[in-house]
Amino acid sequence: MVKTPGYVQAFKYFTLLVAVIIVFFPIYSVFVGAFKTKVEFYQSGLSLPHDFFNFENFQRVFKVGKLGLGFQNIFVILAVSLTGNVIIGTMVAYALGRFDFALKKPIMALYLIAQVIPLVTTQVATFSVIKALGVYNTIKAPMLLYLGADVLQIVIYLQFVASIPKDLDENAMVEGASLFKIYRSIIFPLLAPATATLIILKTISIYNDFYTPYLYMPSQKLKVVSTAIYSFVGPNAAQLNVISAGILIIFIPTVLIFLFLQRYIFAGVTNGAVK
Amino acid sequence: MNISYKTQKYIILFGFLTIPVALLCAFSLYPAAALFYFSLTDWDGLGYDQTWIGFANYKEILMRPEIFGAFKNNLYYFGGGVLQTAIALYFAIVLNGRLRGKYVFRVLLFLPYVLHSVATVIMFKNLYHAEYGSLNVFLGAIGLESWQQLWLGNPHLVNFSLAFISMWKYFGLSMVIFLGALQSIPKDLYEASTIDGASSWQSFRFITLPSLRRVIELMLILTLTGALEAFDIPFIMMLGANGTSTFVIQTVDMAFKFENFGLASAMAVVLLFIVLFFIFIQRKVLFRGDH
Repeated sequence: MVKTPGYVQAFKYFTLLVAVIIVFFPIYSVFVGAFKTKVEFYQSGLSLPHDFFNFENFQRVFKVGKLGLGFQNIFVILAVSLTGNVIIGTMVAYALGRFDFALKKPIMALYLIAQVIPLVTTQVATFSVIKALGVYNTIKAPMLLYLGADVLQIVIYLQFVASIPKDLDENAMVEGASLFKIYRSIIFPLLAPATATLIILKTISIYNDFYTPYLYMPSQKLKVVSTAIYSFVGPNAAQLNVISAGILIIFIPTVLIFLFLQRYIFAGVTNGAVK
Repeated sequence: MNISYKTQKYIILFGFLTIPVALLCAFSLYPAAALFYFSLTDWDGLGYDQTWIGFANYKEILMRPEIFGAFKNNLYYFGGGVLQTAIALYFAIVLNGRLRGKYVFRVLLFLPYVLHSVATVIMFKNLYHAEYGSLNVFLGAIGLESWQQLWLGNPHLVNFSLAFISMWKYFGLSMVIFLGALQSIPKDLYEASTIDGASSWQSFRFITLPSLRRVIELMLILTLTGALEAFDIPFIMMLGANGTSTFVIQTVDMAFKFENFGLASAMAVVLLFIVLFFIFIQRKVLFRGDH
């Protein structure tokens, strides 16, 4: 390869540095603000806080913003909807990937049609479905909405199912295993890598979703993290230093997931988008 | 197990597909169909008295310029998205080459995408705060007081400030998608062109760009549909005030604030068709010249 001239290399590093600063400037200001007292916040600008052990803002944000409740609710929603989602996704992939039947193509087509309908446009009508089912303003509403598998998930699972040799199924059949047993003890476990990536990506997107909980569970008792932090916008908003603490706490779970599992996340993002 | 495999197959198909397909119909397909029906009625969203009024809602959308006028604000997000795609492509190419610490940079630049969306918007609300916001504080500290602005108060600036948040958040995602595409270009193409004496600009122009064409087109379409659907950022930040309302904010307001589900449905149908139109164009463009 031709050697890159030094000034080109220097320019690359310079632009990267600028980008990193732009990315981290807002995060930095939230980080230092979260540990400052009220007076300190409004006087000290962007300098480091006096005391990194000043956790008063964090305590206040849990009290004022009901963040604890938010974390608890989102955890329950995630646990239920992701469990169901994985079961449903793998079941559909097994049924569509291993068997031939008349309705196979129509069902695939239904998933594809659903994919091109922008979710945001149909909320008005989805709202009426949720109301008709009697789950409006209960924790079941977001669970149901997150439960169904999307076409991307099914496509990824189908690719994995196709890569599992059919011999495995046939051997199991010779030994008399039922089709359900084949799903449970061969297909489901072998889909684990795809499941892991999908769970991570879905966790992040459900945790970040504002629209669904905001529209479908306005009750104060059903706050999730998104709607809890949202209560800091508006006339009753807390001070900027307290809000900063709230923002920081909310960032932590996904940042940790990301840092530990970035390889899976990058793989999931690129596989999902390019195909 | 005494049941034949043929019977089992039907039990499995029925048992494994009924619930998923029912969910799909209930929460994706039926709402889309119902939307069309609601759009032809005069419904407040509460009771069952939906009066059929034909295309009156569509007429009203056309007659009220402020409804369509909201698309003007969606343009800021589109402009920001195009810029974001270009910047993302640049950084993807830089981070695909030989560079010390490129994996660290990838992680750092992707980080905003995984940060909580509402918390991110509120973080920027703090950042843009006219008096105590860290942006103005920073500008003051480095002696650029004259650059200080009312980032959210100035009606000429506010939409740029909001569109920037979207760029900040999503540019890492575009970059990683580009990286994935770049890595699928065979390396020997570059080696061959270097042997033939091509400059690095020439290999970018004649190898990289054509190979990325599809991904670039895909990103631009995603940018366009994303811009049409812009909602979270202006809603959380301003509730659509100060001239920042987008089409979706108006739709949501029409439904839930003004309780006019009929008109809101018609607006959603209009948006649905505009988005589908662009997806259709994308298909046409993407599959242009293939088989």
